[in-house]
Amino acid sequence: MLRITDLEVSYGDFQVIWGVSLEVGAGEVVSLMGPNGCGKSTIFNTISGLLKSKAGTIELDGQRIDNLPSHEIVGLGLAHVLERRRVFPYLSVRQNLWLGAYNPKAKAHRDETIEQVFDRFPRLRERQDQLAHTLSGGEQQMLALGRGLMSRPRLLLIDEPFLGLAPGVAKEMMDMIASVNATGVAVLFIEQNVQVALSMSNRGYILESGRMVLTGKPEELLNSGEVKRIFLGG
Amino acid sequence: MTQEIIIQAIISGLLMGFVYALIAVGLSLIFGLMEIVNFAHGEFLMLSMYTAFWLWSLFGLDPLFALPLTAVMMFVLGIATHYGLIRHILHASMLVQICATFGLAIFLRASAQFLWTPDPRTILDPLVEGRLDIMGIFLGLPQIVASLGCLAAFALLYLFIARSDTGLALQATAQDRQAASLMGIPTDRMYALGWGIGSACVGIAGVLLATFRPTDPEVGALYALLAYVAVALGGFGSILGSLFAGLLIGQMEALGGWLIDPSYKYVVIFSLYLAVVSLRPQGLFGRF
Repeated sequence: MLRITDLEVSYGDFQVIWGVSLEVGAGEVVSLMGPNGCGKSTIFNTISGLLKSKAGTIELDGQRIDNLPSHEIVGLGLAHVLERRRVFPYLSVRQNLWLGAYNPKAKAHRDETIEQVFDRFPRLRERQDQLAHTLSGGEQQMLALGRGLMSRPRLLLIDEPFLGLAPGVAKEMMDMIASVNATGVAVLFIEQNVQVALSMSNRGYILESGRMVLTGKPEELLNSGEVKRIFLGG
Repeated sequence: MTQEIIIQAIISGLLMGFVYALIAVGLSLIFGLMEIVNFAHGEFLMLSMYTAFWLWSLFGLDPLFALPLTAVMMFVLGIATHYGLIRHILHASMLVQICATFGLAIFLRASAQFLWTPDPRTILDPLVEGRLDIMGIFLGLPQIVASLGCLAAFALLYLFIARSDTGLALQATAQDRQAASLMGIPTDRMYALGWGIGSACVGIAGVLLATFRPTDPEVGALYALLAYVAVALGGFGSILGSLFAGLLIGQMEALGGWLIDPSYKYVVIFSLYLAVVSLRPQGLFGRF
């Protein structure tokens, strides 16, 4: 579904992503892991068009999407939930969700999709008229995820979905992601905690200093000495 | 007698307040959207006043009939300014941004001097003229029309921003550009639209002002200065803040002029401004 080949990304003269390749198959849950500042979010931002790539290709269902503007990529079925939620703080919950379906294809089903999102997140239905910045961190994360679902994506990119959440809320969010995946939506997500990430993925990728160093199934990665070296510095 | 003068001052202040509010909201909208201050805002006002004058002088078109045409022209000018200038300096340093719009202001003002001479131009024989006498209170009819026109434009703008899908997208772009573009909102087009609407607002105010105020190349300076004060006073990016601050400035001008001395009326306005921003730097309705 998503295929990235030999991606290179620079901030000005400073190259941060070096020849990264990554694939997500239809219906898969794939995690992207790595220490702080290794370029995980940069890869996400390049996939969704917020950043331009320097070299390499990004394909969605065989169609090149690299260097398309973000607002066109979302219409092709890819939603990107940004790190730290980034809900529109001074708009209501309902308005935030409403905007999630801004692209013409999603707009046609807006009323129907918002009901589905409310059914999935009853808390958002209760708070639909509240301004987004008055929600708790967990509720904001639900809103960010719900807003992403409003575009009716086939592939969902989630950048650190559990960041700053209480353990109970994080667990709730994990179940939510699993249930979204169960409806056939492929998920690619970023998580720093390898145990957590692998417990919910079909496959994982490990990035270090802008280079992809390991990839495999959860059991392969968990038993790899390389993973311990990267994360524990051993 | 004194009572009548006070009522006269308050109502005159109210009438001008709506005009100030519409000028200010155009500026505030652009700033709220992209954090760029349009230092050529006063010159946009000047251009729309000249447009009204020339449409009357060359084609005999009354400003009130020229209003829709001028608003559309100013809308297009705003969009052209975005694509021709602003787009290229969006990610530049603040100093570059200031110089760009300030440079545009000087260019427009000098061009007006060059093309149309510094002589003040007055529209004679407008459709609406004269004044109303309501129980000893005299109100200029052109001022009343201008005030109502600005109020109507303001209300339309408010409804558009608060209620329409595109208005919601504008708000989203102002609050988080990246997140907005991930929703499928073409944020660059939203910026252009913001410039178009902001310029159309000042254009409408300009045409209505031209019905009772002579036009010259420098005419925008004072109104722009009052608009900057209104925007800072009301809170950058706040639409209702602009309305409130515009009305407040209208009152300060009218009452201050009457209470102290007409030549000190701007001292009153700027003192109030200094007092407010030193106690509340984000302005009365501001979020930052």
